[in-house]
Amino acid sequence: MAAKSTQKPSAPVAAPVTLLVATRKGAFFIKTDKTRKAWKIRGPVFLGHIVHHVLLDPRDQRTLLLAARTGHLGPTVFRSTDKGKTWTEASRPPAFAKVPEGEKGRVVDHTFWLTPGHASEPGVWYAGTSPQGLFRSEDAGATWSSVAGFNDHVMYTKWTGGDQDGTPDGPKLHSILVDPRDANHLYIGMSSGGVFESHDRGKDWQPLNAGCRADFRPDVYPEYGHDPHCVRMHPLAPDILYQQNHCGIYRMDRNEAKWVRIGERMPKTIGDIGFPMVLHPRDPDTAWVFPMDGTAVWPRTSPGGKPATYVTRNAGRTWQRQDKGLPASQAWFTVKRQCMSCDRHKNAGLYFGTTSGEIWASRNEGEKWSCIAKHLPHIYAVEAVDLG
Amino acid sequence: MKVLIPTPLHDYTKGQSQVQASGSSIAEVLADLDRKYPGIRFRMVDEQDSIRGHMRVFVNGEDQREINTPLKVDDEVMIVQALSGG
Repeated sequence: MAAKSTQKPSAPVAAPVTLLVATRKGAFFIKTDKTRKAWKIRGPVFLGHIVHHVLLDPRDQRTLLLAARTGHLGPTVFRSTDKGKTWTEASRPPAFAKVPEGEKGRVVDHTFWLTPGHASEPGVWYAGTSPQGLFRSEDAGATWSSVAGFNDHVMYTKWTGGDQDGTPDGPKLHSILVDPRDANHLYIGMSSGGVFESHDRGKDWQPLNAGCRADFRPDVYPEYGHDPHCVRMHPLAPDILYQQNHCGIYRMDRNEAKWVRIGERMPKTIGDIGFPMVLHPRDPDTAWVFPMDGTAVWPRTSPGGKPATYVTRNAGRTWQRQDKGLPASQAWFTVKRQCMSCDRHKNAGLYFGTTSGEIWASRNEGEKWSCIAKHLPHIYAVEAVDLG
Repeated sequence: MKVLIPTPLHDYTKGQSQVQASGSSIAEVLADLDRKYPGIRFRMVDEQDSIRGHMRVFVNGEDQREINTPLKVDDEVMIVQALSGG
């Protein structure tokens, strides 16, 4: 089951780390030096805006995109080309095509997910929205166009379901993955809808859900209609996919085209439900999850009020609990799907943000945790990057 | 004509709460505003040309929900954000 890397190995990077933190009330930048011992918070920027995602372009190491809306104003994307010092708004944010008079058209409620494009396509970005929509920019986020091959696909309505088939904040398109070997090869995740794949840069799509359960449907192994919470592709072994799903933790070797439920090896008292999933930057067999209570009415809190990450170092055959430094009891927070991230140090740093506004960090791959920020607003996303 | 701008949109109008715009309908006035203050229209009106759920446009004190509502040159347009949240 051990995965072979097909990409050039990447050496550990002992660089300073900046956490790009998106919250319900603005964005924050939490920075440390390469020792990762002391952290300093800058921000908020866009105070009062609902920020769903902030991401750095790894191709130029200075362009940041930030997806925002407010309670009253429509959704937009802000961009910075100076590492967040100044921001300008997209002149054409993600938006569905206008329909003819008398027809009911789709409206972007918010942009939920941002993904930089392939290394060979500087300036290309993808955005996923709520309701489910896929958009592409070719000018570093200044203007966005609908990916018609998905948004206008003849199967769109069946694949995505209705308005009720989504999360409490609305159905979402997320986990946009670009194969580092091939700019034409894309994956997306949808809640709901499932995992889909394109081999022609989004002109056409196929469901990729075989083996994955959908316990909330009468047919538990449908072709589509699943609820992947977070889908990851290993950058060094792009045929290895993982997902934290509404119905368990899964892994796929793309060549086999079938999801295998690796969460069944999790402790039964914890289960294998959660939102985020993070892969080790160099080892395709190592992954972390943050379990939540998915029993009865789905509290979506840490099981038993005792938060912990769980790590596998053998592609899901076994899992180990990691709770040193985390609250031992009465901690009922939730970690959302975009709220866990890692850096590229030799001992990879792991980071997660909570619905109660805390940021937790580990310098040693989850072995020990410490709280580096608290009293922030409800956290929607945490991305660990090198901003210099 | 005079257009009153709510505080959440003052970033676009450089802090002005009252600006001038022209047009023979709400749609044309909003388009003129967008030419002067790029991006402001999409924050108020969605891609299907509907006024967003928490925005209201009053013309001479009357709540108008249709973007094609005609305007006269001396009308006063007031854009407000509806009461919501808590």
